[in-house]
Amino acid sequence: MAIISITNLKQGYGKTTVLNDINLQVAAGEILALIGPSGAGKTTLVSTIMGMLKPKEGEVIVLGQHMPRRESLAQIGYMAQSDALYDELTAQENLVFFCEMQGVNKKVQSQRIAHAAAVVNLTMDLNKRVKNYSGGMKRRLSLAIALISDPPLLILDEPTVGIDPELRQQIWHELHQMAAAGKTILLTTHVMEDAEEANQVLMIRGGEAIAQGTPAALLSQYQVTSIEQVFLQAGRDQDAHNRNR
Amino acid sequence: MRTIGIVKRVFKEMLRDKRTLVLMFIGPLFILSLVFFLFQNTSQTKTTLVVRQVDSELVTALKNDHLRVKSIHDQRAATTIIRQHDYAGLLTQKGDQLKLVLANSDQSKSTVIKQSIQQAQVKLKTQAAAATLKSEAATIKKLAAALAALTKSTTFAGHSGKATVASAKNYQLKTKYLYGSQDSTYFDTLLPILMGFIVFFFVFLISGIALLRERTAGTLYRLLATPIKRSEIIAGYLLGYGAFAIVQTLMVVIFTIYVFNIQIIGNIGLVILINLLMAAVALAIGLFISTFANSEFQMMQFIPIVAIPQIFFSGIIALDTMPNWLQVIAHLMPLYYGANSMTAVIEKGATFSTIAPNLGVLAVMTIIFLILNNQTLKRYRQV
Repeated sequence: MAIISITNLKQGYGKTTVLNDINLQVAAGEILALIGPSGAGKTTLVSTIMGMLKPKEGEVIVLGQHMPRRESLAQIGYMAQSDALYDELTAQENLVFFCEMQGVNKKVQSQRIAHAAAVVNLTMDLNKRVKNYSGGMKRRLSLAIALISDPPLLILDEPTVGIDPELRQQIWHELHQMAAAGKTILLTTHVMEDAEEANQVLMIRGGEAIAQGTPAALLSQYQVTSIEQVFLQAGRDQDAHNRNR
Repeated sequence: MRTIGIVKRVFKEMLRDKRTLVLMFIGPLFILSLVFFLFQNTSQTKTTLVVRQVDSELVTALKNDHLRVKSIHDQRAATTIIRQHDYAGLLTQKGDQLKLVLANSDQSKSTVIKQSIQQAQVKLKTQAAAATLKSEAATIKKLAAALAALTKSTTFAGHSGKATVASAKNYQLKTKYLYGSQDSTYFDTLLPILMGFIVFFFVFLISGIALLRERTAGTLYRLLATPIKRSEIIAGYLLGYGAFAIVQTLMVVIFTIYVFNIQIIGNIGLVILINLLMAAVALAIGLFISTFANSEFQMMQFIPIVAIPQIFFSGIIALDTMPNWLQVIAHLMPLYYGANSMTAVIEKGATFSTIAPNLGVLAVMTIIFLILNNQTLKRYRQV
């Protein structure tokens, strides 16, 4: 069963169309990387999948439910693009607060927090106020908050920005483990290395899906050696196609 | 359950923000103290009138508790003299004609001068009348004596004698106060209004900015990415900031009772209830207004529009002196209902049933704005 199933999605604000004709299937245990330049519509797509926005056209089914649906958010772990944290509170208090908001059972709360903090290497800094955190630490805390409810679906908006290579590798190790345990992960990124770690890549440019598939399939389809080159080639094809229209 | 989580978070954030705490709890006491001293002894305006070539009887008659009179012989133009010496007014006489020039920069002083001149004229006329009466009475007495000698009848003379006594009767005035006492100052009138306004202002500002910060920091969006209901967020804010408003109200009430020795005639429970409703409506309006501001700076710009006009419609200016359309506007101001109820309870000992209609209006206003808030949050999450 597909965890995320999108058919013929059209999305926009007012009269402007941000996303056009998006189709996507993500199975359980898959890692999907959403890549594209800023302004391409990645965050809009993520918002639509989470049900923050109603689809203009088409349908979005997440975990077997039509979106938007407020209750479904309990099963989605979300990491926002900007670090949406309470600066006056400590990291521990932020985690407890989001446990309560996400509806995490009190009995497992401390264990979940300990695990999430360990994944992002913040165990030693949990009692510091967030306002004293560095940019990278805030990013890691945001990721930890996405993990606390141990959700079947993780949606991470730019998770690797501001994180050093060593930690990035550690986080990817953890994400692969979670995927192996049957969790589905959707992440947006600018970083082509991230795309190479994913099972499936969806490239968005100007609100349209320009290439889609596993990294290996994309490399062979475009006869290139890196995802970056796939992206550039797909972009040129899109421009050529638009000129001919 | 999630509401409690929000309340706990609001508490933690507020308790760590020492400056806001001081502003919220010490600020009102400071303002009240200032106003208290400001209105202690200034219930009566005193001013000086300058006279030039005015009859001495009139000058004597002019003098009263509110007006000092000073004679000058300066022959320059009245306006020049007033400008130079900053007098409140100058009175000159030419024959029977009096000419008054008022500085009129302070209308209450002008009023005192005009009233004093009227009173003086009445005084002079009464004196003249009394003098005439006296001489007439003497004449009548003489006539009566002559008449009595002639007819040996004393009835008429007795009558006229009584009439003279009656005109000299001295009235004794004793004043009883229905509300307050002879020590009541303008502060007693201001206090209930100020109490209501302070609660409204601080809760409006703090809750509005808190939600604004949450919006600009992205935490509101993040919060809505959890299965929380929109109404749970608003309820959390209402309870969290409402609790601080209660503490603030208690501090103000205790302070006025014990430090200023102000007597609260009605039930203190009612005072707190009114303040609570004021806090609720301020919170609802603050949260609502904050959706139209993109920064703290813009939020501040709403203060002169939303908060300041309320003071003028709160009872400081009597409502029945306003034109009709202004009275309608007054009925749209939460502080009008809050301050009226507060005045009724503190000064007149009103009971719950008396102020219930006012409280009802405040409750309805709160509910309307809470519903509006619930709708505006849809901007961030459409379900």
